[in-house]
Amino acid sequence: MTRVLRTTALLVRSGFRQQTTYRLALLAGISTNSVFGIIRAAIALATVASAGAAVGGYDARTAAAFVWWGQALLGTINLWGFSLVADRVRSGDIAVDFLRPVNPMLVYLAGDVGRAGVGLVARAIPTLAIGALLFDLAWPPGMPSAALGLLSILLAVVVAFLGAFSLNLSALWFTEIRGLRLAWMVVGGVLCGLYLPLPWFPGWVQSVASCTPFPSMLQHPLDILSGRIAGADAVSAVVSQLFWVLVLTVVGQWVLARGRRRVEVQGG
Amino acid sequence: MATQIIETRDLVREYKKLRAVDHISFTVEPGEAVGYIGANGAGKSTTIKMLTGILRPTSGLVRTCGRDPLRERIALAREIGVVFGQRSQLWWDLPLQESFTILGAIHRLDPAVARVRSGELVDLLEMGGFLSTPVRQLSLGQRMRAEIAASLIHRPRLLILDEPTIGLDVLSKQRLRDFLGAERREHGTTLLLTTHDMGDIERLCDRVLVVDHGRLAYDGTLSGLAKTVGAERVMVVDLAPQAGHEGVAELRDIPGAALVGVEGEGTRQHLAFDPQATSAGAVLAAVSARADVLDLAIEEPDIEDVVRRIYAASR
Repeated sequence: MTRVLRTTALLVRSGFRQQTTYRLALLAGISTNSVFGIIRAAIALATVASAGAAVGGYDARTAAAFVWWGQALLGTINLWGFSLVADRVRSGDIAVDFLRPVNPMLVYLAGDVGRAGVGLVARAIPTLAIGALLFDLAWPPGMPSAALGLLSILLAVVVAFLGAFSLNLSALWFTEIRGLRLAWMVVGGVLCGLYLPLPWFPGWVQSVASCTPFPSMLQHPLDILSGRIAGADAVSAVVSQLFWVLVLTVVGQWVLARGRRRVEVQGG
Repeated sequence: MATQIIETRDLVREYKKLRAVDHISFTVEPGEAVGYIGANGAGKSTTIKMLTGILRPTSGLVRTCGRDPLRERIALAREIGVVFGQRSQLWWDLPLQESFTILGAIHRLDPAVARVRSGELVDLLEMGGFLSTPVRQLSLGQRMRAEIAASLIHRPRLLILDEPTIGLDVLSKQRLRDFLGAERREHGTTLLLTTHDMGDIERLCDRVLVVDHGRLAYDGTLSGLAKTVGAERVMVVDLAPQAGHEGVAELRDIPGAALVGVEGEGTRQHLAFDPQATSAGAVLAAVSARADVLDLAIEEPDIEDVVRRIYAASR
C-alpha cells in the first residue's frame, strides 16, 4: 500500500514538474482568464442589480466570487478534456502503457492531479487576486467551508479527468474522437455552470444537469468557495462529487478493460 | 516446463482473413540471445505482442517466463522489459533521471535498490552527461540508451527489443550492442530482438529465428543460416584495364570467392565470399595480385534478401 502511495506521489510530482515547463502559457492563461473574468463579472453584477435582489441565491458579492473562482480554476480543472490518451491510442503508444505493472488510469490521473496543482498555485491564485482587487468578492464563511472548498476542487479535478479519460479511450473504437470531444465541451460547458450559474437556468436544465457529472466539475466547488452554500448543503455537494468519482472510476475501468480486450482481439 | 523463458506451440494469430502468425513453435532457454528476423509484415511484431500479452492468440499456446501473458499480465510486466525502437516509455518533458525514478516506483522497487540500479545503468551506458536534460532534448542515440536503461531498471529476466538500433549511427549501434552483450553475460538476461540490421544479429545473437509470411522458416545458428542460404558478402572492385587490353580478365579463381557479376568488360567485378570462411582482406589481396584495384565496396546482404533465399530454399 505504501508503495502504491509512493508511486502515486511520484507521478503527481511528475505531472506538476512537467506543467511548470510551460511558463509562458501560464502567464497567457492568467491574462486571458482575467479579461474574461472582468467581462463576465460585469454581466453577472448587472443581472443581479437589474433584478434588484439575489438571483438564484447569488447576491452581488457571491455572483462576483462565483465568476472569479470559475475563471481562476479554468487552468486547474480540465473542463475541456485532453487528447493525450486518444493520441497515444492512434499512434499505438498505448501499448507501452499496457505493458506496465500499474493501472494506466492511475498513471494518467496522478499526472493530471500534479498538472492541476500547478494550475492552482500558478494560475488560480494570481487570477483570483486580480479579481479580488477589482471586485468585492464573497469568501467561504469560516475554515470548515474553505477546507471543504479545497477538497471540492480536488474532486472536481478528478471527476473532470475521469470523464475525459473514458472519452479518450473511446478512440479505441472510433479512432477519431474530435466530434465527441466537441460535444463534451459544449454540453459540459453549459451543464457545469461555466457560462452561467446553474440555478439561473430553467428548472428542467437543472434537472438534466443533476443527472450528469458536469456540476461536480465546477458548479459545486464554486458554490462552496463563493459561500453560496455552506454546512449540510456544502457537504451534500461534496458527497455528490464523491458519488461521481465512484461512478466514473467504475466506467473508466470498464472501458479500459473492454478497450484492452479489443486491442487483444482485434489488434493494435 | 517453467524453466523456459519463452515457449510457443502452434501459435496462430489471424486478423480477419490474414494469418499474420501461422503455427509458430519455438522455445527460448534462460540466457539465450535470439534474433527474430523477417521482412516487414512477416509477423515479428505480432509475435512480440502475443509474447507480452498485448494480443490474444487466435489459437495455440504461448508462455513467457512460464506465465500466461494475458492472464498474468501484471506479474509478467515485472519480469520482462520491452523496448520499442519507435516508441518511448520516458517522460518527455522531464529530466531523464526522473523517468528512472518513476519507473523504479512503478515496478515497486525499494528506492535505495532502484537508485543503485539506475546509477549502475547510468555508468554503463554513459548517461551521466545528460541525466538532467529533458528527454525531448536528447539525441536519438542518447534516447535509445535511456530507453534500454528504462526497460532494465527492474532487472527483467527477459529483454525484448523491437528494432533497437534503427536510425542509429555506427558508433551508437556498437555501444548498444556491447552493453547488451555485457548485460546478458553478467546478469543472464535473455535477449530477444527483432532487427533489420545483420550487424545486430552477428554481434549479439547466437541463435536466429527467421519468420516469413507468418511461418518459422529457420531456427538455428547464424553460421548455419549462412550455410543454408549463403549469407555472403559481395565485394565490388573497380579495376584498371591492363596495358594493351580492352578490359580486365575475369577473376574466376580467387580462393574463397565466387565471381557473381562482371561489368564493363571486367573493369567492375562482383565477388561473393563467406566472411566465416575467408576475410575481405584475403580476397582483396588475391585480387590485387592480378589487377590494379581502383576502388572497392563491400555489400552486406540485407535481411530481406536472406529471408527471400530462406523461403526459396524451404519450398
